[in-house]
This record gives sequence, structure tokens and C-alpha cells, in this order.
Amino acid sequence: MFSTVTIDWYIILSVTLFTIGAMGVLLRRNAIIVFMSVEMMLNSANLLFVAFARQLGDLDGQVLTFFVITVAAAEVAVGLALIVTIFRTKHSISIDEINSLKG
Amino acid sequence: MGSPILFFILAFIAVLSALGMLLSRNAIYSALFLVLNFVTIAILYLVLNAPFIAMVQITVYAGAIMVLFLFVIMLLGAERLGGVASSRDWEWATAGILGGVLLLVFMLELVLKPGGGTTELAATFIDTSPAALGMRLFEAYVFPFELTGVLLLAAMIGVVVLGRTKKRGKDV
Repeated sequence: MFSTVTIDWYIILSVTLFTIGAMGVLLRRNAIIVFMSVEMMLNSANLLFVAFARQLGDLDGQVLTFFVITVAAAEVAVGLALIVTIFRTKHSISIDEINSLKG
Repeated sequence: MGSPILFFILAFIAVLSALGMLLSRNAIYSALFLVLNFVTIAILYLVLNAPFIAMVQITVYAGAIMVLFLFVIMLLGAERLGGVASSRDWEWATAGILGGVLLLVFMLELVLKPGGGTTELAATFIDTSPAALGMRLFEAYVFPFELTGVLLLAAMIGVVVLGRTKKRGKDV
């Protein structure tokens, strides 16, 4: 059973990382760390894409990973700009303080 | 899909660094743990016959995105804000239960797999050179690729608009 690495092991690893990321989103107050947790969740999905591309002998999984990375990069740029803007008006990035749409 | 020992070492480091990111008091340490996590997953990509994705992972994720994160953390001086200690006990309990349920649902999917458990691995290594990836990208995925360009442009304009200061009379 432990002689070769099967797809199941990659699924377990990816699910574990995804869960840790989700718990980070739930637990942390620092908006930047919430963003980092989201990045980790995206990354665990990427790992699964690549693992299934290897499993099925197909290139499509790897191409889809590109799109995920692109979306993640755009999301981080906009998200961090939002955080900087919120910090300018509220002088805090704790997500408990961000409770109104209008600064 | 690689030797089990290598997989175990890498998976161990990945999970440990993920937990380190979750539990660090200092946001800088969280970011550095996340870099370690990304590099570990890049090595797993190498094991999975995806060398180009691995390099993209290191340059884009561990390079560009994490530098942006660290830059913003240091710019705002936000490294000690809202540590784990500020979370209350019932929040830990709720998050733990929700995380456990999530994990359980995913694992259930794995156990109840209709195929009976054996997973056949593709026998041959396919060509995953940048050239092959590029051909696939520009043949089957041209429209999503163009949409990606629009998305990046929209993100860039959005960031410029958000980052603008409010002084109307002077420049802008």
C-alpha cells in the first residue's frame, strides 16, 4: 500500500491545506492574513489540478493552473490596494473594525 | 508519482508551514511560512512532472505575490495586529468544528469513491515542456487567455484608481 504514491495522498494533502486556509479565514482578524489564507486555499486547488493532470496524463490541468495563478495575482493586487485604502481612512486593518461600506 | 518518502517529507513541511502561517503572532512570520509552503508545493509540482508550473509558482507566487504582501505589511506596520490571541474560545471551537466538518465531507468523498479504491496512474510521462503548454494554451484556451488579459487590465486600472490620493486640485 505504501510502495507508491497514489492520487489519494495528494487529495488528502490538498484537502488538509484547504481546511487550514479556511480556518485561517475564520479565525484571524488581520485582513492581510485572511488574504494569505485565501491564497493558500487557491494553491491547494492548484496542487490538485497538477496531480490530476499527472494522474490522467492530460495537459489541461496544468493549463488551468495558469488561470488560477493569474486570478490569484489580480485578486491580491486589488485586495491589497483595498487594504491600504481602508488603512488610510480607519488606521486599522482589523476586520472587526470594517463594518460599514462608507468610510 | 514520486517516492513515498519524498512525498511524506514534503507533505509534512507543507502542513507544518501552513499551521505556522495560521498560528504566528507576527504577520511577517506568517508571510515567510507561506513562502515556505509555496516552495514546498513547487517541489511537489516538479515531482508531478510539471517543471514549468513549478517555476511559475516560485516566480509569481513566492516571488511577486509574497513580496507584495511583505511590502504592504511593512508599509502599514501591521505585523502585530490582530494575533490569534485576540480570538475568543468559542471562535476557536466554532472554527474547529466547521473545519472538521469540511475535512470530513472531503474525506467521505474519498472513501465512498465509486471506483472501489484503485486509481490507475497514466503509464507514460506526457510532454509538459513550455512549448507544449503554450500550444495547448493557444489552441484550446485562446478565449479564456484573452479574458485573462482583460481581467489583468481591469485589476491594474482598479489598483491605480484605489491608490490615488484625494487631492483634486494639484495633479491626477
